[in-house]
Amino acid sequence: MIRIAAIIPAYNEEESIASVVQEINAVSQSSGIHIVPVVVNDCSKDRTGEIIDQLNCVALHLPVNLGIGGGVQTGFMYAFENGFDYAVQVDGDGQHPAEAIPLLLQEAQTRNLDVVIGSRFIDKQGFQSSAMRRAGINWFRRLNKMLTGVTVYDSTSGLRLINRKTLAIVSAYYPDDYPEPEAVVIFARHNLLIGELPVRMRERQGGVSSINSFRAVYYMWKVTLGVLFTWIRLRR
Amino acid sequence: MDKIQLLAISSSVIFLAFIARLIIRGKLREEYAIIWIVCSVVLIVFSFWRNGLEYFAKLIGVYDPPNLVFMGALFAVLIYLLHLSIVVSRLQEQNKTLAQQIALLRRNESPESVRDEKDGTEK
Repeated sequence: MIRIAAIIPAYNEEESIASVVQEINAVSQSSGIHIVPVVVNDCSKDRTGEIIDQLNCVALHLPVNLGIGGGVQTGFMYAFENGFDYAVQVDGDGQHPAEAIPLLLQEAQTRNLDVVIGSRFIDKQGFQSSAMRRAGINWFRRLNKMLTGVTVYDSTSGLRLINRKTLAIVSAYYPDDYPEPEAVVIFARHNLLIGELPVRMRERQGGVSSINSFRAVYYMWKVTLGVLFTWIRLRR
Repeated sequence: MDKIQLLAISSSVIFLAFIARLIIRGKLREEYAIIWIVCSVVLIVFSFWRNGLEYFAKLIGVYDPPNLVFMGALFAVLIYLLHLSIVVSRLQEQNKTLAQQIALLRRNESPESVRDEKDGTEK
């Protein structure tokens, strides 16, 4: 039987984390696919830690704040060490619908993909994010296309399913902050097969985005540099 | 001996003694102290041997010998800062690995999720 670890990085998500975990458990029940929620509490200052200890999930508590990349990687390590077949990353703020998980799995299995990314932009339905953010996402699509030849429409999407082969790679190395666009380069450089599936996303149910307008410029530079250096580092 | 020579020599010696004290008390690791010891020794040497400074300045075409001192000092500080950035990056990486391992060791698996897992492996 296939087992999927649903990795949920959570930093100060006390308002939404319980419903995210419950939703995943409900989908696991109704779809018959074995999905275990793995919540990575990135040293939250609110009650996230207490809440997840009461939920039906695996709770990982980081003793210091590592940021999204280090948190997600902890989940990848857990999934890899405990023999999971797939891992799916789901945001802790409730943007990602759990019903998408079985669809991502189906896509991975039927098309024999290593990575399936849930994309907001393929059929342009559901929450579309701000214009500024979309401009940034377009830039990363072109950069990725130019460097690796792979087109990923929503390279900043955190909703992504990866198989065990990919888990081995990302539990050994994963970028630190704002890791999503860089991870796409890592996948492409390891010749993994990447697919995208349209997913309708919601607006966040609680918490604050890790990217505000003040950080946007820094984000663009940091991630562009990260993408370039990752591309160079993994060249063969 | 000039006033400035005395001043340079005495401050260098005091600085060296301070570095030595930090090492002895275990507050400074030897590898990070090497550059400070080397710099102090170079300063002391040139404080005694002033013609030496002029000699080296002429050798590499520096018009005013004291500028050689400034150039050398700035260069040393820059290199040392780079070294510290590398050290900090390494520490950050090690710190991250430690935090992740602690989180994995202290994991809290709800009874249901663990039971599910066992079911899963048995099937």
